[in-house]
Amino acid sequence: MEIDPFIFRLSIFILSIFVGYYVVWSVTPSLHTPLMSVTNAISSVIIVGAVIAALATTSDKSFSPSSIFGYLAIILAAVNIFGGFLVTQRMLQMYKKKKKDKK
Amino acid sequence: MISSNLSAIFYLISGILFILALRGLSSPDTSRQGNYFGIAGMTIAIIATFLSIGNFSNSFLYVLILLILGGAIGAFIAFKIPMTAMPELVAGFHSLVGLAAVFVAIAAFLNPEVFNLGISGNIKLASLIEMSIGAAVGAITFSGSIIAFLKLRGIMSGAPITFSGQHYLNLFLGLGIFVMVYYLCKIQSENIFWTLIVVSFLIGVLLIIPIGGADMPVVISMLNSYSGWAAAGIGFTLENTALIITGALVGSSGAILSYIMCKAMNRSFFSVILGGFGADNSSSDTKEKKDQKPVKSGNAEDAAFLMKNASSVIIVPGYGMAVAQAQHALREMVDKLKKNDIKVTYAIHPVAGRMPGHMNVLLAEANVPYDEVFELEDINNDFANSDVAFVIGANDVTNPVAKTDPKSPIFGMPVLDVEKCKSVLFVKRSLSPGYAGIDNELFYRDNTLMLFADAKKMTEDIVKNLD
Repeated sequence: MEIDPFIFRLSIFILSIFVGYYVVWSVTPSLHTPLMSVTNAISSVIIVGAVIAALATTSDKSFSPSSIFGYLAIILAAVNIFGGFLVTQRMLQMYKKKKKDKK
Repeated sequence: MISSNLSAIFYLISGILFILALRGLSSPDTSRQGNYFGIAGMTIAIIATFLSIGNFSNSFLYVLILLILGGAIGAFIAFKIPMTAMPELVAGFHSLVGLAAVFVAIAAFLNPEVFNLGISGNIKLASLIEMSIGAAVGAITFSGSIIAFLKLRGIMSGAPITFSGQHYLNLFLGLGIFVMVYYLCKIQSENIFWTLIVVSFLIGVLLIIPIGGADMPVVISMLNSYSGWAAAGIGFTLENTALIITGALVGSSGAILSYIMCKAMNRSFFSVILGGFGADNSSSDTKEKKDQKPVKSGNAEDAAFLMKNASSVIIVPGYGMAVAQAQHALREMVDKLKKNDIKVTYAIHPVAGRMPGHMNVLLAEANVPYDEVFELEDINNDFANSDVAFVIGANDVTNPVAKTDPKSPIFGMPVLDVEKCKSVLFVKRSLSPGYAGIDNELFYRDNTLMLFADAKKMTEDIVKNLD
């Protein structure tokens, strides 16, 4: 009997939870704020769904109820992607080591 | 146009790059590189989507314009936001992810053909369940984050809002979601789908309003987790590996952070969710004590004298320091102390800011090298061997009552053992209790010197007196 593709996706999902678990525990506590902003940025990869909704129409028209929701979601996700990655970058730039030359 | 197999490979690559982005955060040295991995992963995912659809008509132009528009708004916010406002920013960003998930789910419901989910009115059962979970969790994330944002921003009071029957109402609405998903699968009615989304918005609001200001670090982490699960739900609907991997990563990351925060406050996750903490129910008790006990108070000169004659000083910063914008003055003070060959370190409690790791960012912004900053478990033994503890803008996290009084609401919470230092300098405006609403026994100890002033002004005065 053939395995339902859903099971494959479920496997990916569960394995990723395990990967996430171990990777996140190894994040140093001093970087927990950047961790939150970067996870926020990457979860905006939901934009791929928005792009499909906006572009993959069956008709020739640019606007349909479903594509409009797609366009709206693109704006929201774009704010998040750029905002999230840039603010993370800004924070990470500030973390510096002690300067060796003391005086 | 590329085949769906090829685009699936690209999505897998971007998923792996996201894992590497989080991996990079294990040390500040590798973190910047990690962020570039994240950006690369996102770029690959978006380009793969464009190529697999292959629609480069006018609509594509609109998409690019919106992408640039949203990007410009995001970039503007990212550069303008002060570091003290990071918790609000993250809460706000979570709400956007939640709403985007809702919109994508709606689009998929209205036009399932383009997502290969069957036809309108006859959507595949599994897809329908997945998209309603994505929509419901997304809606809860959205409205919950908005409430968290308003509370953090101070637009809404941080005091918990409770009413009788609240938990039953939440339970009832939660069960309602399951019933609606069941009927949605049966009759595929559009009305049920809309009701589902509205009820989920309502749950998000009801879930966050009873949670007090002190528990906000848990709430933000929890919403972080929800936004991940919403993304994963949509990922299943769209059969998209990048989204599934990312959703799982973000979901577990937020869950771990919530756990760390709960543990740092010695609160069970359930009691945080049920809310009501931070209400002023022990105030009568504190007022009595306040009038009776004597307190030693001093000025900047005394503080400077004490620190100059110390050989090691531990700084304990709290959110009050950030509110007073004293971090730069503080670093100036530390620079002066170091010139006198005094060893200075920083001790940070996990809930020292308004979100996990917040205080570290604030210190990093003030150019404090991160290798002078220590977490609670790494530094707590050093207090006994140090001369001066300089507590600035922190309160509850130093309260020895957490170790001694089983009746105290914060009993069992890990605290910094500042009282073991030879002397403790406590910068504070007044003797008022902190977030937890309980009196700090430390104020009345013999080795404590209270410095009543604004944190920034006091630090600046000490700097002057150190010359």
